[in-house]
Amino acid sequence: MKISEFTEAELESRLRCGALLLNLGPFVARLNSDVVSIARDIALMYADFHTSPENTFADFHVKVALDTGLRRWAKPQVRFYFDGRPSFIPLPADQAFAMLEWGLNWCVAAHSHQYLIIHAAVIEREGKAAILPAPPGSGKSTLCAGLVNRGWRLLSDELALLDMDSDLIYGMCRPVNLKNVSVDVIKQFAPAAVFTASVPDTTKGTIALMRPPVDSVQRMNQPACPAWVVLPKYTAGASPQLERHSRARTFMLIAEQSFNYDIQGSRGFDAVGRLIDQSQCFQLTYSRLDDAERVFDDLLAGRIE
Amino acid sequence: MIPRDQIVTALLAPDLLPTLSEMDWDLLIRQARRSNLLARLAHLLIQNGQIEKVPNSPRLHLFSALRMVERQDVAMRWEVDCIQNALANAGVKITLLKGAAYVMAGLPAANGRTFSDIDIIVPKKHVAEVESALMLNGWQGTHHDDYDQRYYRRWMHEIPPMRHVRRGTSIDVHHAILPETARIKVNTPALLKAVVALPGYENLYVLKPEDMLLHSATHLFHEGALDNGLRDLFDLDSLLRHFGDNPEFWSALVPRAIELGLTRPLYYAIRYTTTMLDTPVPQAVINAAEIGKPPLGIASLVDFCYLRALRPTHDSCNTPGTGLARFALYIRSHWMRMPFLLLAYHLARKAFLRPKQLPVETALTTKEG
Repeated sequence: MKISEFTEAELESRLRCGALLLNLGPFVARLNSDVVSIARDIALMYADFHTSPENTFADFHVKVALDTGLRRWAKPQVRFYFDGRPSFIPLPADQAFAMLEWGLNWCVAAHSHQYLIIHAAVIEREGKAAILPAPPGSGKSTLCAGLVNRGWRLLSDELALLDMDSDLIYGMCRPVNLKNVSVDVIKQFAPAAVFTASVPDTTKGTIALMRPPVDSVQRMNQPACPAWVVLPKYTAGASPQLERHSRARTFMLIAEQSFNYDIQGSRGFDAVGRLIDQSQCFQLTYSRLDDAERVFDDLLAGRIE
Repeated sequence: MIPRDQIVTALLAPDLLPTLSEMDWDLLIRQARRSNLLARLAHLLIQNGQIEKVPNSPRLHLFSALRMVERQDVAMRWEVDCIQNALANAGVKITLLKGAAYVMAGLPAANGRTFSDIDIIVPKKHVAEVESALMLNGWQGTHHDDYDQRYYRRWMHEIPPMRHVRRGTSIDVHHAILPETARIKVNTPALLKAVVALPGYENLYVLKPEDMLLHSATHLFHEGALDNGLRDLFDLDSLLRHFGDNPEFWSALVPRAIELGLTRPLYYAIRYTTTMLDTPVPQAVINAAEIGKPPLGIASLVDFCYLRALRPTHDSCNTPGTGLARFALYIRSHWMRMPFLLLAYHLARKAFLRPKQLPVETALTTKEG
């Protein structure tokens, strides 16, 4: 059953008794929450996602719950629980959905060493995937959000799951996390895109999440074969420039941006090596999404050697 | 009678695992993860050739945990090499304890086991040399506050943990297996006299089998936070099963406990491994170990506590008495750690005069948490 087939009241009651099992590509997350806004945001962001029956194995049992006590009435806070154990510091209640998203990212990154997990956005078109690894602030989520509104398929805006046996990349196609001015940039660039309400004053600034495109969600279980590694670099006012990036440096960057490279040992080393061998590596400096879109079209058409 | 938890049943009777339903696996993986026994379960299934019969989703969690401990195993061996090189000329026997000893001695207790740091023990009069040799090789002291320094150096059985500047790895240097202030007085010289050389290393040793078991038991049954209680009980189970192949181990065990002053922890070890994990122990040894049994009233109180607190720290294993049992054992561990007045002073000091942590220590603590 799809999330959009539930009424909001049904979602709320399922969340309350921890009976909402959300399919996220390779994983199933069992969600529990008494926060009303989470039901609303799930209905909005995960509308096209499928759920699993209650007797399904869940990879991650997570809960976002309001803290009890007097505080609940004055300045309510929410806390994230991984299988009953509180994790992370509590956040103001209006950040509940963002906390669920960040918590789910942590669950995957900390427990899924069957993959090499790279901190990167991944998009795909015509069977070819582009990996956009980047330290925070380089504009990878903005670029990713822009391109998936122009025909590219979203695999992930945050976690690339590299299967080291097949060398294919898996994604979860979850909502795209946008910060500060990026929210308005994408709203202008893609007026049809659907967003959560903006939440001010988070540790990452003002954030909003963007609903993943329907087509990407429908193809969530299809992995993609990496063809490019592109390091985005947003520079105000810059004209678009795509430069070759040294393979050695790209290798090191992927290793640094991986959450579990150290755990994978030589398997991880070999897998990143193959990934770099089979991909063209670039750095893209850009200031306008339209320019970036053209560059990616050129890459796809093979107009760039 | 307290029911047996899924993770215990699974580790004791892995042949039944292929019959589990999807929801059985759901609970089993969660209990195993929370008890730090997920990789041990994976290891067992691989050994039995049954891992392929596990449904795909839970199997991936097992592989994931296994990959983590395989990596830790490599890291541990590397770290032990570094310690060996740093202390090659310290002029004192370096004895590895607990996890590091299980790995380096190739014991089954190391299979699928997770570690946090490396523990070594050296005679007290050589602690200063060992500490400075480690410092020369890049390990730094922690807990720089005067009170903490005094706490460790005057009362504890170890110096403040040392952390390697570049690798971030920790080493605990012990000179006894219980605090100086503890109620039980341990014959440490006898313990250190009987250490066994580790083949292939110039200056590394492990405790002999009986002592390894006794130390493991002492550690578990003096511990206040039992987050890894079930894992540690499985360590004892594994040591007893492994060393128990040799009849001499059984005949030496109780006499050695008497010699070292560790009959009480041995009693508990045998009591709870046999009760909770069906560990095979000869009846004669069970009877002889009764020498360490506490007076009847206390024995049943302790039973009430451990039979609850040694279960997985997972919601599915909590009963109405669990919180009380854990709290009581926490208090008990402090009670056994130091005399009452000293304990009162220490707790008051920690409660009311908590010094500001140094920024670097705050960062490290957060990372650990």
